[in-house]
Amino acid sequence: MKLQLRGITKRFGSLVANDRIDLTVEQGEIHCLLGENGAGKSTLMNVIYGLLQPDDGEILVDGKRITCNNPADAMAVGIGMVHQHFMLVPVFTVAENVMLGAEQTYGPGFLDVDAARHRVREISERYGFHVDPDAIVENLPVGVQQRVEIIKALVRDAHVLILDEPTAVLTPQETDELIEIMRQLKANGTSIVFITHKLREVRAIADRITVIRLGKVVGEPDVSASESELASLMVGRAVTLAVAKDPPDVGDVVVDVRGMTVVDERDHVVVDDVSFDVKSGEILAVAGVQGNGQTELTEAIMGLQQRATGSVLLHGVELLGKSVRSVLRAGVGFVPEDRRVDGLVGDFTVAENLVLDRHDEPPFASGPMLKPAVVRRSAKDRIAEFDIRAGSGATLAKTLSGGNQQKVVIARELSRPLRALVAAQPTRGLDVGSIEFVHRRLIAERDKGTAVLIVSTELDEVSALADRVLVMYRGTVVGIVPGDTDRDVLGLMMAGVPPEEAAERARQHHTLVEGLATGQDGRE
Amino acid sequence: MRTELATRPAESADAQPAVALTRHWRTPIMFGLFGLLALVVFGILPDGGRASTFGLSLTDDAIQLAPISVPSKLAATLLALVCLGIAAYAAWQTYLGRRVPLWLSITFGVAFVLSFLTWAVAGSEISLTSALQGTLALSVPLIFGALCGMMGERTGVINIAIEGQLLAGAFLSGVAASLVGNVWVGLIAAPLAGLAVAWVLAVFTVRYFVNQIIVGVVLNVLVIGVTNFLYSRLLSPLKDTWNSPGRFPRLKIPVLSEIPVIGPVLFHQTIIVYIMYVVVVLAHIALFRTRWGLRVRAVGEHPEAADTAGIGVNTVRFRNVLLGGALAGLGGAYFTLGAVGLFSPEMTAGAGFIALAAMIMGRWTPIGAVFAALLFGFANNLQSVLGIIGSPIPSEFMLMAPYLLTIFAVAGLVGRIRPPAFNGQPYIKS
Repeated sequence: MKLQLRGITKRFGSLVANDRIDLTVEQGEIHCLLGENGAGKSTLMNVIYGLLQPDDGEILVDGKRITCNNPADAMAVGIGMVHQHFMLVPVFTVAENVMLGAEQTYGPGFLDVDAARHRVREISERYGFHVDPDAIVENLPVGVQQRVEIIKALVRDAHVLILDEPTAVLTPQETDELIEIMRQLKANGTSIVFITHKLREVRAIADRITVIRLGKVVGEPDVSASESELASLMVGRAVTLAVAKDPPDVGDVVVDVRGMTVVDERDHVVVDDVSFDVKSGEILAVAGVQGNGQTELTEAIMGLQQRATGSVLLHGVELLGKSVRSVLRAGVGFVPEDRRVDGLVGDFTVAENLVLDRHDEPPFASGPMLKPAVVRRSAKDRIAEFDIRAGSGATLAKTLSGGNQQKVVIARELSRPLRALVAAQPTRGLDVGSIEFVHRRLIAERDKGTAVLIVSTELDEVSALADRVLVMYRGTVVGIVPGDTDRDVLGLMMAGVPPEEAAERARQHHTLVEGLATGQDGRE
Repeated sequence: MRTELATRPAESADAQPAVALTRHWRTPIMFGLFGLLALVVFGILPDGGRASTFGLSLTDDAIQLAPISVPSKLAATLLALVCLGIAAYAAWQTYLGRRVPLWLSITFGVAFVLSFLTWAVAGSEISLTSALQGTLALSVPLIFGALCGMMGERTGVINIAIEGQLLAGAFLSGVAASLVGNVWVGLIAAPLAGLAVAWVLAVFTVRYFVNQIIVGVVLNVLVIGVTNFLYSRLLSPLKDTWNSPGRFPRLKIPVLSEIPVIGPVLFHQTIIVYIMYVVVVLAHIALFRTRWGLRVRAVGEHPEAADTAGIGVNTVRFRNVLLGGALAGLGGAYFTLGAVGLFSPEMTAGAGFIALAAMIMGRWTPIGAVFAALLFGFANNLQSVLGIIGSPIPSEFMLMAPYLLTIFAVAGLVGRIRPPAFNGQPYIKS
């Protein structure tokens, strides 16, 4: 099936998310849609899938014009989509999820669960998915959940499959499996639209590449284009992929975490007896696939987790059990994972957000009274220093772009004297320019002698920043390794393989993406 | 070779359970405390030498069973020991890291209640059959109300207006039956009244995304106000035309109604109760075995997933709120046409809120809600039964029992409760 987009335009108010986009996906081709966060990739796909209606332009399937008013219309013409955030009901079984919306029934609407099970098994066997139709989805690992999503699309006879950032939640090894699956689908004649901002993957799998920037198609580079060519096309200027940093000047232990265990509200042990330390002047990166306890670990250090046991010492003083406020006062800075929920108050101004943690102490307050003039003046300085594009301090925080919001959070945390900084996913969802900026500030903070703890799910970021890497898997520490450890080793550790075995295995084999990127794959 | 390497870690990930479970001691501790309470208060403290008598048949039953008489102190003590035994077993299960099974909780409840009854009726006699009859009578509106709440909440719409829908059903069924002079007309009018209230709720919450709790509370107040007004202007002064609906006769089902003890309770009832049996069974099957049920549950658990699977989330919600309203309206008819035979102001007396608790305690399943409603009905009925025989407990305290039970239920003291994930959250497409 051939999918064509002609002049698709989608506006949200004054913002043009998609500007006259043309795109052609041939039968049995893997078409990579490359672009930064916020470039308009997901909007475009939601238009194709009928979740959004375009303001202008047309969609053609095999040369015939179609209109998709809702996902059901899109599925009817053979378009399937695997969303970045899985559209699976967590408490349902695999079979129930797969049949939802396309149920086979008998009698007065009774569900034919057996038929659904059979379909799941059939597809699962054909592509080697190893999915049990009776498993409850919430108990499955993320990689398997993704395969359930793919089965869902295939059951509905999808000839064009849209994969929206499918690798964001996967380990490098799971990514390899996904790429293998995509190859098989392609061999069966399915067209795939693969959305990503990871250059390695594009080079590993793409038959054709379309790059989108600020809602416009900016190029259709050849699949042999180099990573830096793709990057500069995506960002619109030349980018340095590595961050410059000096060797660390490591001092004494600042943060010492011993036997940290955290239990979540579902009674699951999410952090299991974790011990490590962070020294003055070094960056310790916590690597791992999302949802392996990193978030809870940082929250426990900050005093945000109710059911945390163990010990967190800051220069020998116990922090665990103290209030968040006293942890902050003790000199710990915190960049939370979700800036919009935990990092900022969206309806407050930038100036107010910049003093959220110090609004009640001099110089910003005197007794019970705020001193708005001081807050405003200080905001002006911060905005200049951290290059926050906010107009003025009186701008509401929620109106800023993601990158500028994150700069507000970082400016706030770094503008008081810190002994330690905890930054969870500091660059998630940011554009390349902002990422560079945040990285530079973090390294500068390290060089000032602060102990820096970073949580990141992006291996690139871990490799760029870390002096040491702690890999977490299912709430436990797999190992702590030097910052220059090979990506393959880190990838295997992220899947729970102990460091020595990971190093051994990585020596023997290279992961698929890596191998392909250097042109060593012989099977094509 | 490469793929072989790649698949291994993921397979090992499938094999092991994700995380360890911590043990929950709440249930065994609750059992233990209540067991001790039973042992001391019902078993050890009272004087011995008295007997508790339980009647098993009504005078007009075909099969007459002799009343059972037991020595109060001994029987209450033994039952309390059973409770403690169950507590110990629950503790053992918890220690092994297992969940306390539902049947164990039910057995505990029955043993505790029997121990309490044996103590409370010491030296006199109550009829079990009529106690159960009273229980069912008080449970019927609760069950309809709980089903109503469930229809909404399974799709993610919290319905606080059950009380108003019950009351509207009671009112309109009474008025319609009086005006036409036919109870069947009242039975048809009742669901329409509930539907009308539900329609307002659905329009405001599902279409315009107004806060569900606020709309629900306002509707309750509105229905109480309107019915009270009409009662004082029409139903009370013109009683003969407006408020004399009559009642449905009780129908005996042959054979079944002659089963000892439960026969006359379950199968000598009005048509509304028989409709309820059918509705409960149908609702349970429909919710868990049909396409409709799968979609309803998906909408409450993950509306976006339902939407992307081509299901109209807000359509499903709208319809289900209406369906729930109709059920609650039908339940309201039980007050006027099934029980009392006329409408009186605020006659639902908070049943809609207890129904909400029954739904929660029954974990959003029809069958579970039935058992929870029966428990509330039993506690409620008990105070009148014990008031008659002059039991040792002040009747004011017994009046509190159903509400205490409700608090326990809603506070989650009877096991972990997990509502539909998107309960109460409007679905707004961007």
